[in-house]
Amino acid sequence: MGFSSTRSRGRPGVRRIVGPIASLVLASSLLAACGGDSGKPELVWYINPDSGGQDAVAEKCSTDDYTITTQVLPQDAGQQRIQLARRLAAKDPSIDLMSIDPPFTAEFADAGFLAEVPQDAKSQLEEQGTFKGAMDAATWNDKLVVFPFWSNTQVLWYRKSFVEKAGLDMSQPVTWDQIIDAANDNDGKIGVQANKYEGYVVWINALVEGAGGRILENPEEGVDAKITIGDDAGQKAAEIIEKLATSGAAPADLSVSNEGTAGSTFGSDQGSFLVNWTYIFKNYDETAPDVAKDIGYTRYPQTVEGEESRPPYGGIGIGVSAYSDAKEQSLEAAQCLVSPESQGINADLTGNMPASTQGYEYEALQETFPADLLELFQTSVDAAAPRTVTPYWSDVSGSIQNIWHPPRSVDDETAQRSTTFIEDVLKGGDLL
Amino acid sequence: MSTTVAPETDKAGQEHRKGGKPVASDRSSAENRLGLKLVAPAVVLMLLVTAWPMIQALYLSLFRYRLTAPDDRAFVGIDNYLTILSDDQFWKSTGTTLLIMVVTVAVELVIGFAFAMVMHRIVFARGLMRTSILIPYGIITVVSAFAWQFAFSLNNGFVNSWFNWLPWIADDTNWFGDYPHAMFAIMVSEIWKTTPFMALLLLAGLAQVSEDMLEAAKVDGATWWQRLTKVILPNMRAAIMVAVLFRALDAYRIFDNIFVMTKGAEGTQSISFLTYRQVIEQMQLGLGSAMSVLLFLSVLLLAWLIVKLFRVDLAQARGEG
Repeated sequence: MGFSSTRSRGRPGVRRIVGPIASLVLASSLLAACGGDSGKPELVWYINPDSGGQDAVAEKCSTDDYTITTQVLPQDAGQQRIQLARRLAAKDPSIDLMSIDPPFTAEFADAGFLAEVPQDAKSQLEEQGTFKGAMDAATWNDKLVVFPFWSNTQVLWYRKSFVEKAGLDMSQPVTWDQIIDAANDNDGKIGVQANKYEGYVVWINALVEGAGGRILENPEEGVDAKITIGDDAGQKAAEIIEKLATSGAAPADLSVSNEGTAGSTFGSDQGSFLVNWTYIFKNYDETAPDVAKDIGYTRYPQTVEGEESRPPYGGIGIGVSAYSDAKEQSLEAAQCLVSPESQGINADLTGNMPASTQGYEYEALQETFPADLLELFQTSVDAAAPRTVTPYWSDVSGSIQNIWHPPRSVDDETAQRSTTFIEDVLKGGDLL
Repeated sequence: MSTTVAPETDKAGQEHRKGGKPVASDRSSAENRLGLKLVAPAVVLMLLVTAWPMIQALYLSLFRYRLTAPDDRAFVGIDNYLTILSDDQFWKSTGTTLLIMVVTVAVELVIGFAFAMVMHRIVFARGLMRTSILIPYGIITVVSAFAWQFAFSLNNGFVNSWFNWLPWIADDTNWFGDYPHAMFAIMVSEIWKTTPFMALLLLAGLAQVSEDMLEAAKVDGATWWQRLTKVILPNMRAAIMVAVLFRALDAYRIFDNIFVMTKGAEGTQSISFLTYRQVIEQMQLGLGSAMSVLLFLSVLLLAWLIVKLFRVDLAQARGEG
């Protein structure tokens, strides 16, 4: 009672209100000081998680005029897209730079989220020998919309001891049929990415392109693009997936496998073959040195015998937000972030390979990776088949995942069914 | 007390005027005005955070509108609803959701009742026992989903190696590789996490059962089973129905476990997850809003059905009846 009667007298009650307000005012003035009109401007770069490569490059490219800081996006490429797109749709000015996965570049550019890359930056990228595949993936409507930063591709990794046992000649190009049979006959498991996620579509796309087909044609038509995954090439891709999924070479976790679990399968006693990105090469150095010594590598397997394989294309392009408060500085910073040296530093730290020939010349990189492997990476990137550049890629990819997953359900009707489904989803006639 | 006073004042006012609105005394109308002023901020806030988004969702559901293609926005009437209702994915997801709801609520009811009995009857270490039963409910659903996903995982889980003596579990059983297994894992996680909530609601009902009645039944020679079915359960019917209602509506909106464990693969997609995919993943605000409206309506329908079907008297459950 004594307490409440004191309060009703007034002064302490007022103090109770004034106190928090005062501290709020104080806190906000302190925060303003932190954000600092007096300090250097801060460019915020939203990066995909890696092992420190982008942080190192951000530090290197910070100048007297601005500091580049990083913010980490979720692990999953689809989730990265969702977070960025939602923020950009709300015109969030706190994003200056962002690392964008190639399949979503067109969607962002089409929605007007990205600032155009200036001509002098484009010339610089051409001068440093940026790969054609990387340039194509960074272009929408004949305009360069992101700065190609790193370019990744997949190769076929194999265990030397296993192919010796199986008697397979790896100096010649191999086909999917060959490696599935070899693994099946010799109690080996093949590592692929077949969970219900973007990585599975990467595999399907490579198989379709390897048979000379495409998932869709004339993407500039938007929702009216021609869906061609049901053609012969799509059938061939489905045959291979069906064959692997129903054979003894399929790992037990096939339907939930991703880059990491496929790597574990490869490192196990039953490891035989693995299709995976470049960074997996350094994966076993510390954890399983025996496996590291046993790794061999060659070009991605052929879908059809005698027809050149089309390895998957991945990577990251750096986009500048159209809603950034510091667009000019961000464009300048991006140019530094994708310089050959930056690409080299990043590749050395993360195993994510440069997007240009000059980037490959970075010295430390030459020491970390064997020369023939670096050459294989470059020829693979050159021959790589990027996923079709369309603003509707996430719909296309989601539809394919719906129909083609789980892998053991794939049969000779799968390709045709996915054609109809993609068309329906694009035209808004079906839920995804 | 004030409610019984107020009508009398009204009556007094009515006498002064014929037929017209009752005239309140100065004091009571001043009190009314003050009351309105006091609740106004809360009402405005509530309208702002609940009614406004709901109306906006209703409005958006009539458009074809995609966040990444804002120029393509067009009014399509009820087309979105027709698209959804004629889509077999929608009905499949509804089926899956209902299956999860029925199975988990039934299992939770049985286990929850057992837990409630333990919490009610226990004599020693009562606080410790009650706390440990409630721990799972204090854990964030996403965390519990991850924990169970790891437990069932083929690569680093313990379920396969602990239970491989069962005929249908092998060392390489892929729990997320087909519909029955994946659904089992999702339901286990859901049941583990929410049974304590059920137990808590049932404990409240159990506490209302009069000891005298139990005593009387005992004296009359009723067995343990008879006391349970003839005395305890009938007397806590209202509490059971409220528990079932709350949990059923909760379970119908299941999202976290599915999102973490399967991402909707193998046909384990629930209605909430399907809605999430349209709104958040595809950024189809129109179609997604229509799905949200349908989800809202189906929850309403479900609540109405449960209340009607089991004749729940909410007032009685609160001890007012």
